[in-house]
Amino acid sequence: MRKVSFPKMGPSYIAFKMMLEEFGHEPIEPPVPSKRTLSYGTTHSPEFACLPFKVLTGTYLEVLEKGADMLVSSGGVGPCRAGYYGKMHEKILNDLGYNPELVIFDPPLRAPWDFFKKTRKLKGKTSWYRTADILKRTWKKLIALDDLEIKASKVRPRQKNYGAASKALNKGFSYIEEARNAKEIEEARVEGLSLLENVKDNSEYEPIKVGLIGEIYVVLEPSVNADIEEMLGEMGVEVNRSIYLTSWTRDNTVADGEKDIKEAAKPYLDQLIGGHGQNSIGETVLYGEKGFDGVVHLAPFTCIPEIVSKSIMPKVSKDYDIPVLTLFLDEQTGKAGIKTRIEAFVDLMRKKRRKEVG
Amino acid sequence: MSYRVGVPRSLAYYSFFPLWNSFFEELGCEVLVSRESNKGVLDDGVKETVNDACVPIKLYHGHVKDLKHKVDYLFVPRLVSLDGKETTCPKFLGLPDMVKHSIKDLPPLIDLRLDLRKGKFELWKFFKRLGEKLGKSTWEVFKAYVKSKKIYYRHQKLLEKKASPELAWKIIKGEKSEEELNKMVAENPVKIALLGYPYTIYDPYISVDLLDKCKKMSVDVLTVENIPGKELLRQKKKLSKEMFWYYSNNTIRACLYLLEKKMVDGVIHVTAFGCGPDAMVDKFLEIECKNQGNIPFMTVAIDEHTGDAGMSTRLEAFVDMLNRKRGFK
Repeated sequence: MRKVSFPKMGPSYIAFKMMLEEFGHEPIEPPVPSKRTLSYGTTHSPEFACLPFKVLTGTYLEVLEKGADMLVSSGGVGPCRAGYYGKMHEKILNDLGYNPELVIFDPPLRAPWDFFKKTRKLKGKTSWYRTADILKRTWKKLIALDDLEIKASKVRPRQKNYGAASKALNKGFSYIEEARNAKEIEEARVEGLSLLENVKDNSEYEPIKVGLIGEIYVVLEPSVNADIEEMLGEMGVEVNRSIYLTSWTRDNTVADGEKDIKEAAKPYLDQLIGGHGQNSIGETVLYGEKGFDGVVHLAPFTCIPEIVSKSIMPKVSKDYDIPVLTLFLDEQTGKAGIKTRIEAFVDLMRKKRRKEVG
Repeated sequence: MSYRVGVPRSLAYYSFFPLWNSFFEELGCEVLVSRESNKGVLDDGVKETVNDACVPIKLYHGHVKDLKHKVDYLFVPRLVSLDGKETTCPKFLGLPDMVKHSIKDLPPLIDLRLDLRKGKFELWKFFKRLGEKLGKSTWEVFKAYVKSKKIYYRHQKLLEKKASPELAWKIIKGEKSEEELNKMVAENPVKIALLGYPYTIYDPYISVDLLDKCKKMSVDVLTVENIPGKELLRQKKKLSKEMFWYYSNNTIRACLYLLEKKMVDGVIHVTAFGCGPDAMVDKFLEIECKNQGNIPFMTVAIDEHTGDAGMSTRLEAFVDMLNRKRGFK
């Protein structure tokens, strides 16, 4: 039995934990990235590495202390740095005297054989038939988790009692965590959704709508973006997140399902630049077309693709008359600072809407 | 008619100016290269770019501004892949878009895409499209292409003989002879590698004259461009997964080559503050230098505030240390 761990990215750990257990490994649950994680991460990462890299370094060191001997993560084919994380982490961890096995999954279509070998390594002695079933259930869990989050972002701005939606969401997560087979997962999903449905709300309140875009890790992991989605929701803003883990995987790993986003970005950025750079431009265009009140753009400090998109963003924002707030996050970013800027941004959007209506 | 084509003296210019300049000139165009980097150019660039961009990108915007009212066309190609394998850094990829959307009142841009991954004749096709844009016939373009390519290869050969790009260019132009180069290549006991991208190493303004400073301290300096291309390619098999960026790969291969041949006493990595790929490259070089013979390693990060005195002090200290290690002084 191997002790296996993986980076934390939003609530997805609930699904991955089950997957590893079913494959017969002992999952080491990745801790919520904390000050300690970041201090480990910044000490042992290159200074100008982006925040996700540092968080991952910290997480790996923390789970290695807990005895993990195999680390699973996703790779990439560039030109964003994230594709090289795995190799770099291996080098750094070896240099520190750790020798865990790193299993880095690159997109299956680019290297099918490699993907197959890594899946075989991960599944161990489990039969292929059972592996397919486990993967199917993991996928189901991920979708259920995403569904709850999507629902919560709609319920939260309309709730009557502060924090009620988040409480219901967490309860829903715990249902999904307990569920094992397909039927149970479906039941947990429905039960979680109805919990959120039953949160008391102001039905006549029409919240302002914001699109949340940017680099995948800082958008998906609340502990590094100062819980921005919840923060906006509690301020009475409906958040439409552009990225969900299941949608990302659906779009990128098997077929290119982001054609409309790329098409929208073309007049401004006619080139794939890796990471989420081109998407950020395209998504802003689409949110502008749909009449959203604003866009919050999250990126890790020194993120190369997002720097390119940020420099083009003012033009997009002007052409579509949609305000964009770009936040570059690093290990020094404090919640209070972000909150102040978000409050000011929400004020601006409210004023803009009043002017347009009145 | 002949056009005035503006070429910003920054980024890939430092690798390809023999090719570009002679191509345009062969076609009868007037090539206007922006003036050498200085405080004014950099300040102009800093005003136009997002604060998170790295200093070479900011500088590039300054060079574009320097040219914008003086030329008919501005040459800002989109360099996607230069070796048919890897791409350039994302900021290179988005460069024409960044320039277009941040600087106002630009002359028409020539932002043709060069992606050598697409096929064997992609370079020729690139130049053919370029010639068409300038209204030249295919035959004229072909002649210019062949000739400028020849000059480019000659330039590369001279670089491999340890000439600086500037000196190599002068030799090609006939302003200096090759014997002078042989005389200039000194044999000093202490040898260091100055690794980094040509647009930081060879731009005397942003690198605060680092290359010259080294030479004045009587140490032999080797840069990435001094190593034969074939030797660099040979290093490829040492890595299980290469990085994704053309310039970064070259830097890493150069370091591995110099370490393998035990050709240098120390390695200095010159990197621009906030350079994305270099965050990886730097750590990589550091660990490799440590693991392969414990070669002293120093990182020098440059940005728009880099001062001359600070750089000299660090360089002197590093060279002193290498001298002492060798038992001199």
